[in-house]
Amino acid sequence: MSFPWAKEYTPQHPLMRYLDEKLPVPRLVYNAVGGGYPVPRNLSYMWNFGVLAGFCLVLQIVTGVILAMHYSADSTIAFAKTEHIMRDVNWGWLLRYAHANGASFFFVVVYLHIFRGFFYSSYKAPREMIWLLGVVIFLLMMATAFMGYVLPWGQMSFWGAKVITGLFSAIPLVGEPLQIWLLGGYAPDDAALNRFFSLHFLLPFVIAAVVILHIWALHIPGSSNPTGVEVKSESDTVPFHPYYTAKDGYGLGVALLIYFAFVFFLPNYLGHPDNYIEANPLSTPAHIVPEWYFWPFYAILRSFTADFLSIPAKLMGVLAMFAAILVWFFLPWLDKSPVRSGHYRPLFRKFFWFGLIPTMAVLFYCGGAPAEQPYVMIAQLATAYYFLHFLVILPIISSIERPEPLPYSITEAVLGKDEAAQLEPAE
Amino acid sequence: MIRIIGILAGLFFTLGVLLAFFQGTSEVITNGEFKPTTAEMVYHKHPKEVEFSFDGPFGKYDRAQLQRGFQVYKEVCSACHSLKFVAFRDLQQLGYTEAQVKVLAAGFQVPGVDPNTGEATMRPGLPTDHFPSPYPNEIAARAANNNAVPPDLSLMTKARHEGSAYVYSLLTGFTEQPAALVKRFPEAKTPNGLHYNPYFANLNLAMAPPLGADGQVTYGEGNPEPTIDQMAQDVAAFLTWTAEPKLEKRRQTGWAVLGFLLFATMLAYMAKQQVWADKKKKKAA
Ligand code: HEC
Ligand code: HEM
Repeated sequence: MSFPWAKEYTPQHPLMRYLDEKLPVPRLVYNAVGGGYPVPRNLSYMWNFGVLAGFCLVLQIVTGVILAMHYSADSTIAFAKTEHIMRDVNWGWLLRYAHANGASFFFVVVYLHIFRGFFYSSYKAPREMIWLLGVVIFLLMMATAFMGYVLPWGQMSFWGAKVITGLFSAIPLVGEPLQIWLLGGYAPDDAALNRFFSLHFLLPFVIAAVVILHIWALHIPGSSNPTGVEVKSESDTVPFHPYYTAKDGYGLGVALLIYFAFVFFLPNYLGHPDNYIEANPLSTPAHIVPEWYFWPFYAILRSFTADFLSIPAKLMGVLAMFAAILVWFFLPWLDKSPVRSGHYRPLFRKFFWFGLIPTMAVLFYCGGAPAEQPYVMIAQLATAYYFLHFLVILPIISSIERPEPLPYSITEAVLGKDEAAQLEPAE
Repeated sequence: MIRIIGILAGLFFTLGVLLAFFQGTSEVITNGEFKPTTAEMVYHKHPKEVEFSFDGPFGKYDRAQLQRGFQVYKEVCSACHSLKFVAFRDLQQLGYTEAQVKVLAAGFQVPGVDPNTGEATMRPGLPTDHFPSPYPNEIAARAANNNAVPPDLSLMTKARHEGSAYVYSLLTGFTEQPAALVKRFPEAKTPNGLHYNPYFANLNLAMAPPLGADGQVTYGEGNPEPTIDQMAQDVAAFLTWTAEPKLEKRRQTGWAVLGFLLFATMLAYMAKQQVWADKKKKKAA
């Protein structure tokens, strides 16, 4: 489905006409990312991150598949195999640094994409399905990244895997047997490493499938935009190609400059030095920390240091950590305000910039710090705000807030009333 | 309905975490401090400031320094530490010839098999062999080193924060344990057989100062004086190379890639400006 003024694909060459009859892939592409897909004309650079995330996924799959040709998931040699890639495989160091930093970069991009969604409440109808699929993608990404980090079998790989899989033991009754079954043993070892490798190879393709659904769902209502006002007429949109191919191309260039600066000049900046020490089950690192993109959720996990209503502290932490992401699923129904864009919601905007954003920054910082005071108490306050924000504040402000006046249309927002009047059909 | 359940769930987690917060805070208040002060917190030092030729995005290895560092490793550290990810033939990257590498390799004994009896023996190293461990196994290593295993050094400079400066600081950082430390933390007194070093994470390590005197290693003509400081810098540089042998190629490739991308991005920007020109708000004429 699309807007009635969407251009129709008209193949010129006989061969293309033949293809269009038998297997209309060019038509699909034309309607998805070509001249046949009308997109709001006022998208800001915050709308670049979806395409960038898609680029990251392809990058990870390509570098990952080649790395897998040289890697081996035998726990006695996995660490040495990783070094073999770094030293003996032609351009192996580039592949590995590109893949490791690619994961980080993917999360940067996806976090920006998600927070764009928070600010512009892109999750609201008619786009709730896009959002739900997005949260599924994010969960799959976290699982994939976690298992990927285990593969080089360094100290943080091993101890991170041990701590995270140990969370299952918090589940009452079935927890311990479940954990042993999942790991294939009492602690991460060969069995665990092999199944992590297998799943780490599989999940990106599952993500790719969900991304296709995500974009399919997007193409039904089309993209939202910074005003949050829905498209009304042709002058509100431009064809995806050449307008957004050009803009996304420029965005990709800037993003790649930053990414490759890390790959070539600071390739280990985002990693932990302990992962250059081979896994040793008998020597516990002083501070076990996951990769940076898990820090906010790790901070929430560790904030629950006391039993509550006879629920053990550890179980509370695990529940809270999962709940912290699962609440995102309910956002479309928690936030009832009819106005989408944060630009026209004075209260919402204040809680976003002075509540949610600093809270995420604090959780991020505390999640990477040792589990000691004062970090724990600071993280606890931030955790409290996190849940209040999504589950209490957002529903309440969405019913008491008085939104600011919206522009009549996207065209008017871009060109001003006078110029817009010449372009828009009279009512 | 969703919102009522949501608010209840929100309050559940908020109260749970606030309870934990009050428990933790009251503990901090009764103790009068965030956490007990330990000797490490007071005496542990960050690595010293030291300059290397490979610092910064344009830095390169200094081949002569790497050769000196290798000499220190061979004559001192290799008595206890292996370099299992480095092959002898890799030394050609330091400027040694193939023939020199053959001789160097043959100077190390590596585990082998007797071609006549099939029994395990030791044989002289070949260029394709990796630097061996001086100990047959971990138990032997522990027995010889006060129950500590000398770690493999191949990746050491990447396995510590600011690794190159760390190795240098560790080697030059052995001192007497400060009397004030023992007075304040009697239980942190350096145990027998360990050595005090404020750059080591827990202040006491099983390695005796390996570089004990200036001139311990004799450098060839045209090289700086082998002071402890110089030898420590040289071996730290050598271990940076063992951990990241592709550093120079990486940076060289990096500049080419960034240069190309900068150019491509500028073109993309101009293309974007041109495509969008007719959609922008017209400036009041
Ligand atoms: C007599 C044996 C011996 C010699 C010679 C020796 N070391 Fe060590 N080294 C050890 C032992 C044992 C340890 C483990 C210390 C511990 O964990 O307490 C160690 C640990 C280290 C560490 C790791 C410290 C850490 O942060 O864990 C470094 C780096 C190191 N040695 C560098 C060197 C260098 C460079 C040389 C040569 C200049 C050298 N060593 C010579 C025995 C030796
Ligand atoms: C592999 C990861 C992902 C890919 C490849 C991807 C791709 C895309 C693309 C290409 C778009 C259209 C361009 C844009 O609006 O930026 C889009 C829109 C959107 N995405 Fe994603 N996405 C991913 C992950 C996520 C996640 C994790 C979420 C939320 C949790 C999410 C939520 C949304 C929403 C709500 C929109 C519509 C935004 C609007 O029109 O205002 N996406 N996505």
